[in-house]
Amino acid sequence: MTKQHANWSPYDNNGGSCVAIAGADYCVIAADTRMSTGYSILTRDYSKICKLADKCVMASSGFQADVKALQKLLAARHLIYQHQHNKQMSCPAMAQLLSNTLYYKRFFPYYSFNVVGGLDNEGKGCVYTYDAVGSYERVGYSSQGSGSTLIMPFLDNQLKSPSPLLLPAQDAVTPLSEAEAVDLVKTCFASATERDIYTGDKLEIVVLNKDGICREYMELRKD
Amino acid sequence: MESNQAKHGLVGPNDPIQRTQYPYVTGTSVVALKYKDGILMAADMGGSYGSTLRYKGVERMKPIGKHSLLGASGEISDFQEILRYLDELILYDNMWDDGNSLGPKELHSYLTRVMYNRRNKFDPLWNSLVLGGVKNGQKYLGMVSMIGVNFEDDHVATGFGNHLARPILRDEWHENLSYEDGVKLLEKCMRVLLYRDRSAVNKLQIAKITEEGVTISQPYSLKTFWGFSAFENPTVGAEGSW
Repeated sequence: MTKQHANWSPYDNNGGSCVAIAGADYCVIAADTRMSTGYSILTRDYSKICKLADKCVMASSGFQADVKALQKLLAARHLIYQHQHNKQMSCPAMAQLLSNTLYYKRFFPYYSFNVVGGLDNEGKGCVYTYDAVGSYERVGYSSQGSGSTLIMPFLDNQLKSPSPLLLPAQDAVTPLSEAEAVDLVKTCFASATERDIYTGDKLEIVVLNKDGICREYMELRKD
Repeated sequence: MESNQAKHGLVGPNDPIQRTQYPYVTGTSVVALKYKDGILMAADMGGSYGSTLRYKGVERMKPIGKHSLLGASGEISDFQEILRYLDELILYDNMWDDGNSLGPKELHSYLTRVMYNRRNKFDPLWNSLVLGGVKNGQKYLGMVSMIGVNFEDDHVATGFGNHLARPILRDEWHENLSYEDGVKLLEKCMRVLLYRDRSAVNKLQIAKITEEGVTISQPYSLKTFWGFSAFENPTVGAEGSW
């Protein structure tokens, strides 16, 4: 019999769900604050939301160590950008940078599932959704992470976004008001928490609009 | 000649690099919590060689710099290498002689990067680390795993401790724990671990860090009671089919 010993993987799945919704003049980005490994909860209060620029916020789930490395890299790149251009990076530019950063590690990927939300150069809400290796798309709303399979079809049903196949292209932003969008996000997470063991504890909601950025919290089930 | 060396199991210059893919001597859980004046941490002193209890006096908690305390579970030699890294870091930081010193937050961040870098090289340091400290009246308690997963919390525990001790801590922990109550709570956790974690031993230390500095207790043992009916005949009513 061969010797049995502990083995290791360079990856872990720390779970969590992220949602972002773009409106005509606002953007809502939300994520739960639970961090898990396997069936254990590591902590009930870990923020998955990271401010990348004045009008650009990223929510990430997946492998926490990779997510942290990615956030630090983007922060460093943004600092250089500010020194070179004396301004904040726009959200569409940051979205492209994130895609390139993810693809740079195509053959040893960051195991991170991101949504970026913010305001574009016209002040319109924008959401970008990614896979782990950097393919991305601008959309009106999106969900990523362990609860995305529960949340995404619900958003599709409620928001009835125009098909991206339509010609001429239709605007993807949602028709909801800011308050309605925040309520919808709360409902999404309350429901996802019921069935997804990796989602729960607390919901962190970030709202971006012309007045700036504000943050609110809602308690979720802790079981 | 070189291939001859390889045949004898020695490392030759052309042989592939060997990396630690599994641990040899390991320590079990570390439990730590914030209390009124700082951080309390507990760890037993066992060093297991697989399932053999090989060492019985391993110190798994060490003071780092002026404001921090590091506890480790996992590979003991990797922990001792981490201590050498930190010693050098603190020494070179001291040489600036600018009156600044690294606090627990900085050290935790450093450890996070060391652990994550080593996993990127597929040569991990096989530890779960707990870092506690107090600086400028700020309490700090964080954890790092062998692949770089890291977080802060009011109480943390590694390995089996996350399963057995943290539910107790979530029940009984509060912000204003006194030193006495904190030690009592840690001892309750360590006793449960002693009963249910086979690699735990009844010889432990409790470390305290406050604004005044670190004190690590002398090794001592917990009072145990093995007369519980569940311990007397654990298989009664659950006989195997054979």
